Amino acid sequence: MTEFSEAFAAAFSLLVSLDPDLAEIVTLSLSVSLVAVFSAIVIGMPLGAALAVFRFPGRRVVTVGLSSLMGLPPVVVGLIIYMLLSRSGPLGVLGLLFTPTAMIIAQVILVVPIIATLTRQVVEELWVEYEEQLRSLGATPWQALPTLLWDGRFSLVTAMLAGFGRAIAEVGAVMIVGGNIDHATRVMTTAIALEVSKGDLALALGLGIVLLLISIGVNVLAHLIKKPVQNRSPIRRGVP
Amino acid sequence: MRPFLSMALCLSLSLLFLAGTARGEPAFITLASTTSTQNSGLFTDILPRFTRMTGIGVRVVAVGTGQAIRLARNGDADVLLVHHRPSEEQFVADNHGIERQDVMYNDFVIVGPAADPAGIQGMHDAAAALKKVAAASTVFVSRGDESGTHKKERGLWNIADIDPAAGSGAWYRQTGSGMGATLNAASAMDGYALADRGTWMSFKNKGALTVMVEGDPRLFNPYGVILVNPDTHPHIKADEGRRFIAWITSKAGQAAIAAFRIGDEPLFYPHTP
Amino acid sequence: MTTESILPLELRSVNFEVQGKRLIKDLSCTFERDLRTIVIGPNGAGKSLFLRLCHGLLQPASGQVIWQGGAQDVTRSQGMVFQRPVMLRRSVHANVDYALSVRGVPRKKRDRIIDEVLQRTGLSRFSHAPARLLSFGEQQRLALARAWALKPQILFLDEPTASLDPPATHLVEQIIEAIHAAGTRIVMTTHDLGQARRLADEVMFLHRGRLLEHTSAQRFFDEPQNDLARAFVRGELLWWHRKHPLHKPGSIEREVVTP
Repeated sequence: MTEFSEAFAAAFSLLVSLDPDLAEIVTLSLSVSLVAVFSAIVIGMPLGAALAVFRFPGRRVVTVGLSSLMGLPPVVVGLIIYMLLSRSGPLGVLGLLFTPTAMIIAQVILVVPIIATLTRQVVEELWVEYEEQLRSLGATPWQALPTLLWDGRFSLVTAMLAGFGRAIAEVGAVMIVGGNIDHATRVMTTAIALEVSKGDLALALGLGIVLLLISIGVNVLAHLIKKPVQNRSPIRRGVP
Repeated sequence: MRPFLSMALCLSLSLLFLAGTARGEPAFITLASTTSTQNSGLFTDILPRFTRMTGIGVRVVAVGTGQAIRLARNGDADVLLVHHRPSEEQFVADNHGIERQDVMYNDFVIVGPAADPAGIQGMHDAAAALKKVAAASTVFVSRGDESGTHKKERGLWNIADIDPAAGSGAWYRQTGSGMGATLNAASAMDGYALADRGTWMSFKNKGALTVMVEGDPRLFNPYGVILVNPDTHPHIKADEGRRFIAWITSKAGQAAIAAFRIGDEPLFYPHTP
Repeated sequence: MTTESILPLELRSVNFEVQGKRLIKDLSCTFERDLRTIVIGPNGAGKSLFLRLCHGLLQPASGQVIWQGGAQDVTRSQGMVFQRPVMLRRSVHANVDYALSVRGVPRKKRDRIIDEVLQRTGLSRFSHAPARLLSFGEQQRLALARAWALKPQILFLDEPTASLDPPATHLVEQIIEAIHAAGTRIVMTTHDLGQARRLADEVMFLHRGRLLEHTSAQRFFDEPQNDLARAFVRGELLWWHRKHPLHKPGSIEREVVTP
């Protein structure tokens, strides 16, 4: 397969030449996915933590529903968002279709279930450890939520990365609601899909390599933040 | 404390983003078009000229003709540029669009593996060629996505009086995706496929595929441009859309289409050279 | 913070069960101010459950836990230190600060209180260290500091030295003494008889969910009234008695000492 060597060459030359089109696409990819992940964190983490801490009727249903939504097909999300944001749809007046904002909305919907579910799991485990202590100190469940999220922050980085992974790699939904418009809504994944449909497999794979490098970069960054503090996590000397 | 910080950060980022998109370019239109025009590189070549001249950006959403018409009907595009005359006329008749004009044309070709197991190379009757493909039960890869090309292909099967759906999954493979993906599949399966010449010429993964059948008048492939009806969709940028249509059908626009070539060969022929 | 007394605390015929299994049986007692009560008994006697019922972490299946005058908002004036205290993943200083902020102590007041309790528990120099980096003994002292900062009227301690070596145990006991000297009622479980002798003003002896004896320390150690307690004080292994009970039902004597 000569495509592979060509792909690496393509990726290399794209990176070395600092191709301005590539830079634009990468910037848009990162901004859309980062904003989406941040928004999903703001929604998903309190939601997940609340599911872990509060006991209310229907909690199991919500929990199972949310984790099922992790497998939500992006195309379906894209379609639903399209129908909502279309000029003929209920939110058409906002004129958001084929904008980065529409892509962010789609990614938020895809990422919230992941972050909420992983957060629920982390916080649930933490809550087993913390519940008596926090209640003894007089913390209400509402006061416990931010405490648990903050104390679970190093485990929650993984949830964020999982969410980011889903967002940055997603193609089906952003293709539909973004439209893959050059210089407007074209991101890494839709650009790759376009190059594949042009039959330029080497360039597509080259872009894929660039995407992978970005993903690796973000993960390395996250682990650099996580590592030093994790090392001094519970050293519970003398615990029976 | 920290959650509030991140929330504030997030909100401000989102607002920044919204503001950015709201300002956007000074003016632009959304053009719903087909994958063939985009994948061939035509738009990348000619649209900057229009933008330089008028200051109006063109945002191309390239999907199959069926989906493009759907987008336009929903009012999600200002201008429609597609290649299936009956659908276009229906669109105008249904009052979704106005001022339809011919823009350019090229033709479809039937491509296939150089080994040519169905023995159709050099034929000029597309329907007869398809008959032979069906008779030999050699792999034929179809778009299967209600695109202009797919509709054209179905028309040819009709003329040949063959229902390929009977062989679906066996020798008749429907990819349900764009022209490029379909050619990729044909290349990988050593199958035949109907392709528009623009995409075919600019396609880079031909493998063993070559042109088998061309020159049948029934393979004619005209492109038309339509303004989405501003009476149905008041938000349509009718002025900018009309300027685009006027330009692409003008001498300058037609010359730009004629000047777009790969190697020495033109991919599209202007309607009024 | 409320200054009115929430003591005495009275338990009336408290029962507690888990899945139909009765783990605390008909337990009644009263805690006045000022004393140090040591709750002893073998493992599984229900000591930890008893403390949690008093503290309000568990609700009795039947019976009542009554604070002075039926006071409702009682978490404010009591504290608890667990055998394995949970240190929040933040600095020593911030751990105490957290407890104060949860109770709504104004920011301006907090620093002074934190400095004081850290100093009195010998943790001042660790003030900015992450709490989870501390040794277990230091963590236990921090748990005491955190509880003390809230100026509880009554402090429950659940085997606070169970996993500490003698020097660390000594420091913890000193702090408990100091907290008591500052006016806090102490109720503490242990299975360390030596510790009970060192710290107790009065002793509660629990066995299999029943309060078998509640008397002054001196009387408990000198002349335990109950056969099981006597055996326990002698250092016998009480699990043996589960199969061969020394006592007949109804022979249990329980004496409530009012100081």
